Amino acid sequence: MKNLIKEFTKGIIKENPTFVLALGLCPTLAVSVSVANAIGMGIAATFVLLGSSLIISLVRDFIPEKIRIPCYIVIIATFVTIAELCMKAYSPALDRSLGIYVPLIVVNCIVLGRAEAFACKNNFARSFFDGLGMGLGFTLALILISAIREFLGSGQILGHTLFGGFEPVFVFGMPSGALLVIGLLLGFFNLLKDRRA
Amino acid sequence: MKNNLIVSGSPHIHKKESISRIMWTVVISLIPAGIAGVIIFGMDALWITLVSVVAAVLTELILGLWAKKKITILDGSAVITGILLAFNLPSGVPLWLPIVGAIFSIAIGKQVFGGLGQNIFNPALVGRVFLMASWPKYMTTFVKPFNYDAITSATPLAILKEGKILEHISYWDLFLGKHSGSIGEVCILALLIGAAILLIKGYISWQIPASFILTTAGFTYVFGASQLFHGDWLFHILSGGLILGAFFMATDYVATPLTAKGQLIFGIGCGLFTAIIRLWGGYPEGVSYAILMMNAATPFIDRYTKNRIYGTR
Repeated sequence: MKNLIKEFTKGIIKENPTFVLALGLCPTLAVSVSVANAIGMGIAATFVLLGSSLIISLVRDFIPEKIRIPCYIVIIATFVTIAELCMKAYSPALDRSLGIYVPLIVVNCIVLGRAEAFACKNNFARSFFDGLGMGLGFTLALILISAIREFLGSGQILGHTLFGGFEPVFVFGMPSGALLVIGLLLGFFNLLKDRRA
Repeated sequence: MKNNLIVSGSPHIHKKESISRIMWTVVISLIPAGIAGVIIFGMDALWITLVSVVAAVLTELILGLWAKKKITILDGSAVITGILLAFNLPSGVPLWLPIVGAIFSIAIGKQVFGGLGQNIFNPALVGRVFLMASWPKYMTTFVKPFNYDAITSATPLAILKEGKILEHISYWDLFLGKHSGSIGEVCILALLIGAAILLIKGYISWQIPASFILTTAGFTYVFGASQLFHGDWLFHILSGGLILGAFFMATDYVATPLTAKGQLIFGIGCGLFTAIIRLWGGYPEGVSYAILMMNAATPFIDRYTKNRIYGTR
């Protein structure tokens, strides 16, 4: 049990997919304009991670070594399609604002990375908690980045203006702002790691 | 007698030149343009420049203390960044704008990379482009010259971009700075005085400014009008930030190529980008973007223009 908790918590801080492993940066750059987008993307990616890790760890003994990647992709694509159709059905506005980045979860390197690096070598319980932790870590990283960007870029958080008299810094709403924020946060977390070591 | 013999490795001949000496000379060479800016746009120009310099130096000091590095505020490089940033701003901006810009210039444009000598882009231009992307409203509202009541008026290049015909502006007005624009870029005469100091002292080489200005002039002459070879090249030299950029910002030691051949390529590239942005781009002025783009290309230029080491093939 203790082992499982460790698998779960490592994804949040110690091996955070965005800030430590630096995986899945493309969707991170693209959807972190607003906190609402980040939460939607985070939930969808976590769902896909959970499902694919679970299934892949269950069928890992039946998949031939040579064609394992296509098999993973089929499994991942199944869950992505479920997530996409659910999002279209229950929250069309979010689906519109996330656009192509929901189907692109198929090629998100966090999902494929966990399948290749973890789920294909571990049992289903550990894979499940690993997927959950990684998904949560990704969601938290997205929320952190998008909160900074949304506040600086439009003066709002989740669409609510925090205080008046603030002149929005437009650049943080643009792709260059995303690169700036991610770069600085990566540097900041590396600094914290260095200080601790 | 024995104590007078010093055994040491080369170099054996020392000049008095040092980083701080060069930097402070650059600061002095920028003063004429600053005075011209204050005369043309009033005391606002002075306050913006001072605030920008103070913010740049304080940022450098605080980041230096935080990183526990040698404090480098006295070498003048942060002062130059502050001055150049202010020179690239319109005189009507609120005072917090140069502060934010200077902090960004020093923190993101310079110290993030490791301080002086490590920055891959000209810090002042990084700050200016950041402000331009963040608050375009303030950055494109220019004040009419010699009219200290903050009446706004478009720059000659912006008027040209909108397709209107320029009236009442002679080349002489452009040369002396009797038109709206950024604080430090309008008075070509004052800028040339400063540039002459640097050229005579040998602190900047002629390659970058000459190739930059000539390329811009040539390109705008060929493509600047609806008919080929009818462009108003003199107008393009005298307006906008070309002279300020060519002499003071494209000659940044750190972010430009090392060899003479490389510097020529750098200047030609800057000139091409400037002319292309001015003629066909979305912005009326392209000097800062051109220099930043060529800053990014500098490592490649350096790689392909290495001097042949004597004795090798």
